[in-house]
Amino acid sequence: MKKIYSTILALSVAVGLIQAQDVVYPTNHFNGRLFITGGTVHVGNGQVLENATIEVNNGKIVNIGSGINAAGGAKVIDAKGKQVYPGLILPSTDLGLKEIANGVRGSNDYSELGDYNTSVRSITAYNTDSKVINVLRGNGILLASITPEGGTISGSSSVVQLDAWNWEDAAYKMDAGIHLNLPSFINRFGRRGGGGFPGGFPGLGGGQQTDPTKLALDRVEEIKSFFRQAKAYLAEGTHANTNLKLEAVKGLFDRKQKLFVHGDQVKQMLVAIDLAKEFGFDVVVVGGSESYQIADLLKANNVAVILKEEHSLPAAEDDDVDQPYKTPAMLQKAGVLFALNDTHDESRYRNLSYNAGTAATYGLTKEQALQAITLNAAKILGVDDRTGSLEVGKDANIVISDGDLLDMRTSNVSHAIIQGREISLDNKQKELYERYKFKYGIK
Amino acid sequence: MRKIKLLLSGLLFASLLQAQETFPVNGVADKREKCYAFTNATIVKDAQTTLTNATMVIRDGKIVALGTGSIAIPKDATVIDCKDKYIYPSFIDMYTDYGVAPQPAAGGAGGGRGGGGGFNFNQPSQITSNTKGAYGWNQAIKPEVAAHAIFAVDDAKAKTLRDLGFGTVGTHVKDGIARGTGAVVTLNNDNENLVFVKEKASAHYSFSRGTSTQSYPSSLMGVIALLRQTYLDAQWYKNKPAKEGLNLSLQAWNENQNLPQIFEADDKWNDIRADRVGDEFGVQYIIKGGGNEYQRINEVAATKASYIIPLNYPQAMDVEDPNDARAVSLSDMKHWELAPSNPAALEKANINFALTTADLRATNQFFTNLRKAFDMGLTENRALDALTKVPAQLLGVYDKVGSLETGKLANFIITSGPVFSDRTSFLQNWVQGTKYGIKEDAWTDIKGLYNLSINTPSGPVNYTLDVKSASAANVIGKDTLTGRFSYDGKIVKLGFSTTPSRRPQGGAGAPGGFGGGGFGNRGGGGAAGGVQYRLTGVVSGNTWNGYGEDTAGNRITWAASFASASTASADSSRGGRRGFPGRVAKVSYPFDGYGWEEAPKQEDLLIKNATVWTNEKDGKLENADVLVKGGKIARVGKNLSDASARVIDATGKHVTAGIIDEHSHIAVQSINEGGQSVTSEVRIADNLNPEDISIYRQLSGGVTSSHILHGSANTIGGQTQLIKLRWGADDEGLKFKNWDPFIKFALGENVKRTTSSNNNRFPDTRMGVEEVLNDAFARARDYEAAMKADPKTRRDLELDALVEIMNRKRFITCHSYVQSEITAAMRVGDKYGFKFNTFTHILEGYKVADKMKAHGSSASTFADWWYYKVEVTDAMAYNAAIMYKMGLNVCINSDDAEMARRLNQEAGKTVRYGGVPEEDALKMVTLNPAKALHVDDRVGSIKAGKDADLVIWTDNPLSIYAKSDKTIVDGIVYFDRDKDAEQRKKIAAERFRLTQKLIAEKRTAGPGGVRAAEPSWQFLLSCGDHDHHDGLFTIDLQEDETINK
Repeated sequence: MKKIYSTILALSVAVGLIQAQDVVYPTNHFNGRLFITGGTVHVGNGQVLENATIEVNNGKIVNIGSGINAAGGAKVIDAKGKQVYPGLILPSTDLGLKEIANGVRGSNDYSELGDYNTSVRSITAYNTDSKVINVLRGNGILLASITPEGGTISGSSSVVQLDAWNWEDAAYKMDAGIHLNLPSFINRFGRRGGGGFPGGFPGLGGGQQTDPTKLALDRVEEIKSFFRQAKAYLAEGTHANTNLKLEAVKGLFDRKQKLFVHGDQVKQMLVAIDLAKEFGFDVVVVGGSESYQIADLLKANNVAVILKEEHSLPAAEDDDVDQPYKTPAMLQKAGVLFALNDTHDESRYRNLSYNAGTAATYGLTKEQALQAITLNAAKILGVDDRTGSLEVGKDANIVISDGDLLDMRTSNVSHAIIQGREISLDNKQKELYERYKFKYGIK
Repeated sequence: MRKIKLLLSGLLFASLLQAQETFPVNGVADKREKCYAFTNATIVKDAQTTLTNATMVIRDGKIVALGTGSIAIPKDATVIDCKDKYIYPSFIDMYTDYGVAPQPAAGGAGGGRGGGGGFNFNQPSQITSNTKGAYGWNQAIKPEVAAHAIFAVDDAKAKTLRDLGFGTVGTHVKDGIARGTGAVVTLNNDNENLVFVKEKASAHYSFSRGTSTQSYPSSLMGVIALLRQTYLDAQWYKNKPAKEGLNLSLQAWNENQNLPQIFEADDKWNDIRADRVGDEFGVQYIIKGGGNEYQRINEVAATKASYIIPLNYPQAMDVEDPNDARAVSLSDMKHWELAPSNPAALEKANINFALTTADLRATNQFFTNLRKAFDMGLTENRALDALTKVPAQLLGVYDKVGSLETGKLANFIITSGPVFSDRTSFLQNWVQGTKYGIKEDAWTDIKGLYNLSINTPSGPVNYTLDVKSASAANVIGKDTLTGRFSYDGKIVKLGFSTTPSRRPQGGAGAPGGFGGGGFGNRGGGGAAGGVQYRLTGVVSGNTWNGYGEDTAGNRITWAASFASASTASADSSRGGRRGFPGRVAKVSYPFDGYGWEEAPKQEDLLIKNATVWTNEKDGKLENADVLVKGGKIARVGKNLSDASARVIDATGKHVTAGIIDEHSHIAVQSINEGGQSVTSEVRIADNLNPEDISIYRQLSGGVTSSHILHGSANTIGGQTQLIKLRWGADDEGLKFKNWDPFIKFALGENVKRTTSSNNNRFPDTRMGVEEVLNDAFARARDYEAAMKADPKTRRDLELDALVEIMNRKRFITCHSYVQSEITAAMRVGDKYGFKFNTFTHILEGYKVADKMKAHGSSASTFADWWYYKVEVTDAMAYNAAIMYKMGLNVCINSDDAEMARRLNQEAGKTVRYGGVPEEDALKMVTLNPAKALHVDDRVGSIKAGKDADLVIWTDNPLSIYAKSDKTIVDGIVYFDRDKDAEQRKKIAAERFRLTQKLIAEKRTAGPGGVRAAEPSWQFLLSCGDHDHHDGLFTIDLQEDETINK
């Protein structure tokens, strides 16, 4: 199919009819049976099943193991010699909200004005036709948690599957979490921090005019005050004045929504733990580059972590040169529930599996690293009842690659299945590749 | 009472302030010759010569006689007996802005040290100078400023310095790159006309554009380029070129060249940079240092410059909270500990230096800090020289000040003991024969027991007065009573209650701390049943007389006379040297945690039994050996042996040539000179930063050479520098020797400043970008012809670089994205007869691969970046593969301090996207960049005779699972994973030690003694092309700021 399609495309280009563009269709609902046979199945929970077959019916995994024979007439994907994985999950992303960030304001819908935007919902702005989505599918990413940014509380995120005509189709778990950005406990200089230049003027030394800890704690108190008021508001059923902002956090108190607390610093994470204790929230830290320093504490308080971009520089000059690479292994050892993320703006999140590969190089087993971008992410996002691993009863969200998915050398993805539907792996980049192979007569 | 004192001094000295001849007198003329004789003194003429029991005579502000023995004392001399006193030449601070301090800067942007304010993509440019008049083109070059012409006496500031023993200062306006001339003045509070020692004594320069609001220069390298060009322009201007007209700036520049040239560098590397600029033009600067010279003392000594050194030690930080401590680097902690060793290091290295009060948080810290320098090994003689003779000589005024000699100015201080002793008080500071009291109460030692008699209404009452210091005394009657006591050399004051206090006053009161308000009833109504006395009196020799009041308001008189010396030792604070401190940090190279205390050495190495990726026709050799000798690859093959080489067993490992990053922005102080659209005169090489931790981190990722590029702020950027990652070397040592010089060009969005809504710098479109190129080369072509016709043509460093390009002596690497601009650039090259050697980034290279091939360009691109701005919306991960298949020399670059650590894996992506064969994929980060940079004869593959720049990998180097086990440059193992692990432990131990020491300092220093912990920011530079979000303590200068550190 793909070849024919490419040829058609190339021909039409040749006669100058259309420009190279991303013409990839979502797949229609498929309620039949599908067998993926003979592959090495990485379940996502640490288990590996050699030469196993997965049976899918009506979008769900109904059987898995060896000795399963494909029923006649059913769709079969021969995965012999291939690696079979759960669909990867991008756990916190501006995908579909930020098309071209730099210099194109009109393509940006990820950050709303205002400080306490609890009621703002990212899902309503999620663009299923983003050019980025199809590129991610080509690298095995099949689900994502679409996350708003900005302000103190940015709004709610929703989990989507990446093969949809519109956001209502895409929604996998609507409004799954509320996102809180904690103030920095570090005085920051430079234009990014809004201060002056460091060292430029004698006496301008940091922390002298304002104590960043005090400022931050004042802000934290304001945040707590907001939640206390919300709790009081929610205790009363009828109100003369409806308050959407306060109503919007009901799910946090019911523990139907999680509170995603964004912060890297130890003190920020201590505040996150405090919020969990005072309000009984289900708290997830997002960022957490310093989480390895308080891993035991995070574990003891059942605070999960979505780690920032794995491929990062160490936070401090004296840090181990490979600190970010080995942080996942340190969290694993402490028993913290964590997921890996890819927020790299220039490669646009396509390297999630290689981030996991690096974590495997620096201390995780490959299956643990895989779990950090599949089952762990599903647990953190509250969708592990339906996805995250290849187990009976879950949605058939499956990636098949020629080799090890965590290594760029071998990670060619050959098939991807969302809810039982085999989806197209074509995307704008592949189309451009075909177009210019045609131009130059390259095979 | 203080008023009385002021009045007294006024009576004594006001009339001595005499006007010069031309000034009319309002009243009765009162000319005096101010003749004084100082007898029985220990006179330290200079650090080498001390006279005991000596006499000095001064008249009319000058020394007229000095010596021991038969010095005739003129009859009209006022004789001052200086028994037990010391007389020193007063100090000279040659680096002040006394009396010429500029108005506060309008904006903060340019006020920092070490560079300009930085180019900002989002602000409109100021292309021309705002200075009105027949001056030069750049607002920051103002050699025409003359300090003497704007100088005004500022007695408040003068007093601060006089109280520290200074009598003479050099002063200039500390603003701009060329700052004009400095004057030497005394600190006499007299008419300006009379205080000059020399009106044009020095010419001043710096790397800071100061208050200049002009866009150029916005970077350290831009400042250096501007200095260079100005030297050339001034030379050219000597012939009065008609086209230039009157240029007062260049005229002043030339006039100033005969003066001592003083350069404010403020940092060890900037010291060296300044010296190099001077060397180019035959100028030896006197360099104002920054206090961290000890960190590179050999390089600093090699400048052969004299230095002006501040004692600006960093204040201890509060690191009690481990979270705060974490933010502070070992480097900053070490500098806190070692900064006081700076003067001693300079002395030990035999560097001529003067000391200055500049850069102190408070000027009166000077002696506190100087004593710390003594503790770290500075000798007192050297310190005295640095405060007297050296600055006088450097400023050319040693014939007038800097030592005590007949004929020199009567600028001296009288002290109670050796000048640097903790116990010594500075009593008086004489400037041009005028006395300024500092601590006159200490002239006479009043400590001792006195018989005190108070004539109360009921008859005399006697006490013993135990005077412990000028501010503390106890009254002993039946009990020891609290006395509130002060003595200022003339007036004595005493208050006490006859009822015993719980706390007798000790001897450790603040010296001289008795202020005007201190003499009152502490307890308000006085103690019940007792009598309170408040007494005041005048001292006359050993007897005191005065009057006072008691609680009942009775007027009473009193007297006291010296009886005997104190019984107890009154001085509890032992003076003298505290001795050398215990263990202190060692200087490492570079001066940070991962620096070497001992540099790694070149070794002969035999790497055995590896998979060797030769990048040569042998391809990939299994179970092969590589022999390294003398920094070069000696042999490649199987079963090699060598008796002397250290054997490294690499069984199961892979060996490749070191990674070469074609596009990097590490190890540099500033990256963008965006002040103009054409800045081919600026050079990255002028501002390398060999201490960037990125060097070490990238070694850990197998990088051995990096091409450090100017940013993409403008169409024709600056000259680039290829370096080898020789961690620990200085900037010269980093340079890749004997390479073809390159220059950075840029096209597209950054150049036309897309993110700015109010751009006023041409160009604003890709049409304009092409025209900038055309215009630049048209000018360069004309310039070359003019130069040939007339060698006296004004030399233009900007055009020189472009001429080199046209003559194929300099090569271009060009930031570019979309096909239209790439083609347009190549056509300009065709027109002027040069090639675009390399297109870098080049994410639409696949669209014009055929044209690039025909032009002969290399391509250096990202593996999978796309869609972060409009000009990369058509980018694709298959770009490298298509260009490779079209036969282009393709490189994968980083442009990113983090990704550079994984370039091998970025190359691995070309296997994934487009099926490039593995060995060819590896070449994209090794041999191909070597080719693009014209150094493939020395690096990029494993071949006998090439540089031993090698990486031993734990796995297939294209795999995500590969780690560098060892990274070798020139046969030196710069990164070794085992040694790295050891170093981490050392860092932890040293951090612990220093943290404890800082916490102890917090305890002893008391409130305000320490400052809040300031994170040790790491500055990341990139070409301004994309976001980085790395690290809590990282400041991303991608918007083209200069490191202002």
